Amino acid sequence: MRQPLRARPSRTHSRQRAVTDSAPALELRGISKRFGSLVANDDIDLDVRGGEVHALLGENGAGKTTVMRIAYGLTHADAGEVRIDGRPLTVRSPRDAIEAGIGMVTQHFALVGPMSVAENLALGRRSRGLVLDLAEARRRAAHASERFGIRIDPSATLADLSVGQQQRVEILKALSRDCRVLILDEPTAVLVPAEVDALFATLRALVAEGVAVVFISHKLAEVRAISDRISVLRRGTLVGTVPGSTEERELARLMVGRPDFGIERPPDARPAAGDSVLTVTDLHATGTAGLPVLTDVTLGVRAGEIVGIAGVSGNGQTELVEVLAGMRRPTRGTVRVGGEELAGGDPRRMMRAGIGRIPEDRHASLIGDLSVAYNLVLERLDDFRRGGRIDEPAIHAHAEELIARFDIRARPDDPVAALSGGNIQKVLLARVLSRNPRVIVVSQPTRGLDVGATEYVRSQLLERRAAGAAVLLVSEDLDELLALADRLIVMYEGRTVGEMTRSEADLERLSMLMAGREAAA
Amino acid sequence: MRRISPWSTPVLVVSAVLITFVITAGPILAAGASPIEAYVAFVVLPLTSQFTLLEVLVTSTPILLTGAAVAIAFRAGYWNIGAEGQLLLGAIAAAGIGTMVGGLPPILALPMMVAGGAVAGAAWAIVPALLRVRFGIDEVVTTLLLNPVALLLVNGLLHGPWRDPVTGFPESPRIAASAEFPTLVERSRLHLGFLLAIVVMAAAWYILARTPAGLRLRATGLSPHGARFAGINVGATLLGAALVSGAIAGIAGVSEVAGIQNRLTGGLSPGYGYTGIVVATLGTLTMPGVAIAALFLGDLTVGASSAARSLGIPSQLGAVVQGVLLLTTVALLAVRRHRTRPADAAGGGRPGGTADIAAEVSA
Repeated sequence: MRQPLRARPSRTHSRQRAVTDSAPALELRGISKRFGSLVANDDIDLDVRGGEVHALLGENGAGKTTVMRIAYGLTHADAGEVRIDGRPLTVRSPRDAIEAGIGMVTQHFALVGPMSVAENLALGRRSRGLVLDLAEARRRAAHASERFGIRIDPSATLADLSVGQQQRVEILKALSRDCRVLILDEPTAVLVPAEVDALFATLRALVAEGVAVVFISHKLAEVRAISDRISVLRRGTLVGTVPGSTEERELARLMVGRPDFGIERPPDARPAAGDSVLTVTDLHATGTAGLPVLTDVTLGVRAGEIVGIAGVSGNGQTELVEVLAGMRRPTRGTVRVGGEELAGGDPRRMMRAGIGRIPEDRHASLIGDLSVAYNLVLERLDDFRRGGRIDEPAIHAHAEELIARFDIRARPDDPVAALSGGNIQKVLLARVLSRNPRVIVVSQPTRGLDVGATEYVRSQLLERRAAGAAVLLVSEDLDELLALADRLIVMYEGRTVGEMTRSEADLERLSMLMAGREAAA
Repeated sequence: MRRISPWSTPVLVVSAVLITFVITAGPILAAGASPIEAYVAFVVLPLTSQFTLLEVLVTSTPILLTGAAVAIAFRAGYWNIGAEGQLLLGAIAAAGIGTMVGGLPPILALPMMVAGGAVAGAAWAIVPALLRVRFGIDEVVTTLLLNPVALLLVNGLLHGPWRDPVTGFPESPRIAASAEFPTLVERSRLHLGFLLAIVVMAAAWYILARTPAGLRLRATGLSPHGARFAGINVGATLLGAALVSGAIAGIAGVSEVAGIQNRLTGGLSPGYGYTGIVVATLGTLTMPGVAIAALFLGDLTVGASSAARSLGIPSQLGAVVQGVLLLTTVALLAVRRHRTRPADAAGGGRPGGTADIAAEVSA
C-alpha cells in the first residue's frame, strides 16, 4: 500500500465521488485575523470534507498555521465563523475544538518530557474519575499504535524519544480523543523519508475511516503525494483550492507567484583537495541518561568542501553539532581546526578557532527579546566598545550593513522574536558569515523556511564553499544534501556508518545506511 | 510596532495604581473613612510640606537601594530573594567598622564603612550564588533561607558581645561621630545615604544600559542558552550579578546604620529587603522605574502613618495598598504578555512567574 513519495497515487473514480458527496466536516467562513498591522488571514473560506486529506499550502507567513489555530481555538479570529458538520461552533479554546472532534498537532509539542508515552496519552484525555488508569492508557496506546501503524513503546520516557517519535505520540494523543478532523502543522518538517512514508500510510488509513485530515505544508512534492485537494494561501488570502493532482509548477506559481524555484548546484569546478581543516577523531559523548549518543565519530572537512551528514533524526547529529558548537563536552576524542585541539572547548573557544555555528534551533541560538543589532554583535561585543561602553553607533551601522547585505527584512532595533523564521535564520547566518569563518557547522539550515529564503540560505553556503570555507552540513532533507554536499556521511545510532561522494550517492544506498543496514557494496 | 501603546509600561503602571485605588476603597470604607480623602492623605499630603517631603526621601532611601539590588539580579535571571539578609550583613559591618574608626576623619571613615558593608553583603550572597552556578541549586530557596540566619546573627551579636555596655539594651554601641552620615538638609533626617542611593542607581543604570557587561547580563537574563551560545560566560555573569546585588543590599544596611540608627538594632529593617522585591517588580526591573516605585512607596508609607493620625484609620492600610498594588501590577504584566505576544510566539513555552518580568521589560 505504500506509495513512493514522488509518485502521485491514482485515485479511483468511486473514491473521488465519495469525497465530493460527503458534507464538509470542517467549514471556515470569512475568517480574518490581524496581528497589529499584519494581516495574517483575510476573509478565508475553506471546507474540509470527511475522508479527504486537504492540504494547506503556502510560504512561511502565508497564514496557513494561523487559520488552523483559529479553528482549533489557539487563536481567536477577528471575524468569521467555524462550522462543524454544518453547525456553527464557538471555539473559545482548544477544549471546545476537541469536544467537537477537532485535533491538532502543532509544531511545538504539548508533551511532558519526564513522563512515559502512556502517561502523556492519559493526560491528553478528559479524565473520568479520580484514579489515573495507566493500564487503560497503555492499552489504548498499544491499540492506537497497531490500528494506525504508528509504532511506539507506551512505556518509553518521552524525553528519550526523537522529535519524530514525539510527533507520533502527539498524533496518537489526538487520535485517542476520537477526533474526526485532524490538523497537522508541518508534520514532515521533523521526519525522514521513511518516516514520511509511514505517516502518509497512517493518514491514508485515517481518511479511509472517514477522518478529515488538514495537512499544513510548504513542500510541493509531499503535498501532491498525499492530498486529495490543495488550498493555496498567499499573504493571508486564499488563492484557490485545486485538485491534488495539480502540477508542481502550477502549485508553485499559485504559492509564490513565480514559476521557477529551487537551486541547482553548479557542476564541480574543482573538487576540494588537501588536508582537512576540520578534523573529528574518535569522538564520544554521552547523553542525559549517561547513554552514549556519539560513538567513534570520525570525519574531516577540507577547505572549499561541503560535507553533508545524513541520517534519521536522533542518531547523534544534534549532539555532534553541539560538541562542535562548544555546547556539549565530549567524553573522548579530538576536534581539531587547523591543528588546534578544541574538544571540550566552550563556545568562545570554538568561535576563536574559526568555527561559525548555525545550529538547528535557531531561536534558541539568538536572544529573541534583544534587538537584531545586538544579536548581530553578541558574539563579539569586545569589537564594539568605545572605552568602557558599548559603541551604539557602530553597532547600528554594522546592523544596517548586514541587513542590506543579507537581505534581512527587519530594522536594527526590532526584537529578533518579531521576525519571521526566514529572517531569523538570516540574522543567524549574517552573524556567523560576516566573520568569515574558516569552518561552518550548520544544521537544518532551511527547515521551516519558504522557497525564497531556502534558496538564499543555500546559495550563501555555496558561496562560502567557493570562498574556501569548510562546511559541515547536517540536514534531514536528502534533496538538500544531494544538492549541496560534495561528500555525504551517514550517521546511525551515534556512529558514522558510511561515506560516499555525491556522484556515488543514490537514494537506495543512503536509505539502507540510514536504516542501520550495512551497504551491500 | 514594538509595543502596542495601551500596554506601554507607564500606562500599565498608572492603570495598576488606579485599579488598586478602586480595590482598596472597600477596606478604607470599612475602616470608616472616605477613600478619596484617604488617597489624598496617602499620596498627595506627604508632598505638600517640606518636612514630610524630606521624610518621603528618607523612607525611600533603603528601598531605592534594595530595589536596585533586586532588579539587577532579576535582570540577569538570578532570583535573589536574600536582599534582606545581605542588608543585615551590611549593617553588621557598618556597626562594627563604625565603632572602630573614631580616630579617622569622615572622608576615610565613611568610604571604609560603605566598602565594608558592600563586601559583607556580597559575602552573604556568594554561597547561594556559587551553589547555583556550580551545582544548579535553586537560589530562590537558598537566598531566602539565609535571611533568618542573618537576623539570628544580628540578634546573637546584640545579645552577646555587642550588647550596649552602658544601657544593657540589646543594641550595639553607638558608632563614632565621624562614621555617621551627615544630614543633607538642616533639621531633617535626610542623610548622605539618599545621595549614595541615587549615585548607585545612576551607576547601575549606566552599566546595564551602556556597557558590554550590562548587555551580557541582560542577554543572560533573557536567554541563558542563547547567551552561552554567543560565547557569554553565563556562570560568571550570574555570579557577578549576585555579588553586585548583595553589595548594593549591603550598602542599604550601611545607610540605615550610619544615617538613621547610628548603631545596630534588632529592628533595623522592617523587611526592606523584601520590599525591594516589590519595588523592583513595580519598577519593571529598570532603574528609572525602581526610582519611581521606591519614591511612590515611600510616599505611601509616610502618608499612611500620618493618615492614621489624621483620619483615625489603621496605619496598616498603607501596607494593604502596597500589597494590592504589587498584585495588580503583576497581573497587568501577565495580561500584557498574553495580549502583545502573537499566539505562535506564546507556543514556545516560556517559564512562568517572575522570570517573565525580566523578559517583559527588557525588550
